[in-house]
Amino acid sequence: MRPAHLIAAREGLLSCHSCQLVARPPPARGQVLLRCPRCGARLHRRKPHSVARTWALVIAAAIFYIPANLLPMTVVTSLGNTQADTIMSGVIYFIQHGEWYIALVIFTASILVPVLKLLILAFLLISVQARSRWRPYDRTRMYRIMEAVGRWSMVDVYVVTILVALVNLGNLATMQAGPGAVFFAAVVVTTMFAAMTFDPRLIWDPVETDR
Amino acid sequence: MPTDRLIACHECDLLEQMEPVPAGGDARCRRCGAVLYQHKHDSLDRTLALALAALILFAVANSFPFLALEMQGLETRTTLITGVRVLYEEGCWEVAALVLLTAVLVPGIRVLGFLYLLLPLRLNRIPPGTPLLFRAILSLQNWSMVDVFMLGILVSVVKLAGMATIVPGIAVWAFALLIFALAGMNAMLDPRIVWDRLGPHS
Repeated sequence: MRPAHLIAAREGLLSCHSCQLVARPPPARGQVLLRCPRCGARLHRRKPHSVARTWALVIAAAIFYIPANLLPMTVVTSLGNTQADTIMSGVIYFIQHGEWYIALVIFTASILVPVLKLLILAFLLISVQARSRWRPYDRTRMYRIMEAVGRWSMVDVYVVTILVALVNLGNLATMQAGPGAVFFAAVVVTTMFAAMTFDPRLIWDPVETDR
Repeated sequence: MPTDRLIACHECDLLEQMEPVPAGGDARCRRCGAVLYQHKHDSLDRTLALALAALILFAVANSFPFLALEMQGLETRTTLITGVRVLYEEGCWEVAALVLLTAVLVPGIRVLGFLYLLLPLRLNRIPPGTPLLFRAILSLQNWSMVDVFMLGILVSVVKLAGMATIVPGIAVWAFALLIFALAGMNAMLDPRIVWDRLGPHS
């Protein structure tokens, strides 16, 4: 009986992740490094060690997330007073000043999106490891959306950069980026790499293996 | 089975025959709904035009005054990379490097790379290093964060509004337009106009 769908990997074909060329690898097996005949990118059946690498990045990001939220993003010294602001106290500052929409932007980009990203990646990894067949279409969509919105988390890093420039040069006060900013930047970068290393095709691999 | 008309979905590995798509349309995966390829009308010329516009806007955004701060009659001007410099001088080089990369270097490299690849292609020549460079440009797309930076500007201006007057410079307007030029450049590009020149696939 023919399967309902043809899957490239099951037909012995490799598709280039960069230029989408479908290539048939030579029969020689083993540790051969295959490159795309058209664009030269490394060819693999699935992204190499996708699950292990993504887990490593997710765990690293989850660890960075704690100091990113507890340590100050900015430290302002003005007339002898020192004020340290974390991500959350920045959100509260905007709420207190009635700028609730800005508070919402920062809360979403800096707190909600990274947490959701980590939860979604952990969920996808566990479902892949359990060879789940539950709603592969919806899980792929989750991955797609998560990958697309992740970069907006960077907004708080830019806010710190712009504020530091204006406040210091304008002699409003002395403002320094706190250690929280470094950890937060690390969270954004590691979660972006985690989304890149995860291979969504793994979601579909257990589907229709039994015909 | 000949492979030159085949395409595999990059999100679920479903194998399909490539069929011609009308201009402006896209081919989606039957199984997971991912966009497999799009047929973009006049892709080369439009991408090239927007890349040229982006180059000019990028130059303006990086050389003219960006945000100025006005307080008690004193005006302090900053440029786009002032924040990067101040962070670096404070010893926060990790964040400075990340901002420099994502807000200045990656967008700049991508625009220059597009021009380097597409101008000769327009004249039916393939410039040296095309495969590697085009691959790099495509994979760097997520790391070009001009639009996110603009949101950062808006938040910063609101935050400082109570303390001082912020005057936007020419560079801010160029930067805002740059967002649209870059988004258009990415949206107009059909990667197949480059890959198809390099080998298999008709």
